[in-house]
Amino acid sequence: MTAMLELRQVSKVYGSGPTRVHALWEVDLTVDGGELVAVMGPSGSGKSTLLTIAGSLEEPSAGEVLVDGSALAGMTRNQRARLRRRLIGYVFQDFNLLAGLTAVENVALPLELDGLGQHAARAVGLAALDELGLADQAGRFPDELSGGERQRIAIARAVVGDRRLLLADEPTGALDSVNGEAVMRLLRAACKRGVAGVVVTHDAQLASWADRVIFLRDGRAVDQIARPPGPESLLAPRPNR
Amino acid sequence: MSVRHALLALLSEGPKYGLQLRQEFESRTGEVWPLNVGQVYTTLQRLERDGLVESDDPEGDGPQKGFRITPAGGQELAEWLHTPPGTLPPPRDELVIKVLVAISVPGVDVHELIQVHRRHLVELMQRYTYVKAEAAEHDVGLALVVDAELFRLEAVVRWLDAADTRLTSLPAASPVAAPAMPARRRLEVRR
Repeated sequence: MTAMLELRQVSKVYGSGPTRVHALWEVDLTVDGGELVAVMGPSGSGKSTLLTIAGSLEEPSAGEVLVDGSALAGMTRNQRARLRRRLIGYVFQDFNLLAGLTAVENVALPLELDGLGQHAARAVGLAALDELGLADQAGRFPDELSGGERQRIAIARAVVGDRRLLLADEPTGALDSVNGEAVMRLLRAACKRGVAGVVVTHDAQLASWADRVIFLRDGRAVDQIARPPGPESLLAPRPNR
Repeated sequence: MSVRHALLALLSEGPKYGLQLRQEFESRTGEVWPLNVGQVYTTLQRLERDGLVESDDPEGDGPQKGFRITPAGGQELAEWLHTPPGTLPPPRDELVIKVLVAISVPGVDVHELIQVHRRHLVELMQRYTYVKAEAAEHDVGLALVVDAELFRLEAVVRWLDAADTRLTSLPAASPVAAPAMPARRRLEVRR
């Protein structure tokens, strides 16, 4: 199976001379469809740089990025922009929904920008909302929704149509823990249906929803947790009944 | 955890049998705290002796014996619910001691040590989150128990993160004995 996202020895350097900063240093990362990976690290560890490079919003100084098997380095700007619209969804801390559009119009917008007709885009948008259990919010405007509801709409927009790589930067940062949990349940549900998810965070509770956790420190991937053992051993030994 | 008060709480809803009390206790705590039936009956006997519950048949025994809460039991339960539990931290937190000791042990990379503990805690959190994620959303008892554990573990991870950042500003290979002296002096000045 082709990995949905692959970073090979990716480095990123900002500035030059004495102000030169290594934001990322030879990072390898592979994410398959159906998998949710958390990248965890403190402020300044390179998490957001990793996400913008993975999403082709920024180019690495060295190394290779492949999305769905295609190397970004060989593409023109237009090809990259097209790949972003077609395959990659972004979720940020501050929702980024357009206030003048309803939930379903927000979700359908990337498809319309990609040339799909309004009616067809709306149908696909409704399908995305329905799949995530959000169909009843389709006609509501962002200011009629709570923070948690808005973020769930943003997730539907990130996975609408054929988008199969979801990149999230502190997606629960502005929410209380119960609303944050609802967002993470939805992210997990999207990944279970085949989307490859990467979430960057400094928050251990959020990272604990992921199948794998990569720890970043000073731009390097210093450690990781592969799939942890099952939860059985958490429960105390059962007494005889 | 007080089994005694948990049983009083269950009886405050109405009379119940011993076996029923055990089943309800386990289901409402997300089955995370198993309780053996002997423990239930011993506790009920003590509650009866103290006048906090009464049974249909004070002389009888066995699974068909029903219990109900007395007014004194109701008062005891209300007092317990409103009394804050002890919040003092343990006198010596083992993880804090380990990190403090590691700073001065030659050849130990304290950041690497912190990461070992961080990884262990996050892995444990992943397993608890998995329990919550797979459980029915309306299983409030389980969610509350798992949340309590997750918040406790998260607090420890945050302490490690803070320690990691604070120790980054220390010169790499310097033993801690040297800065300890002026630090103590500063404390004395404040007093």
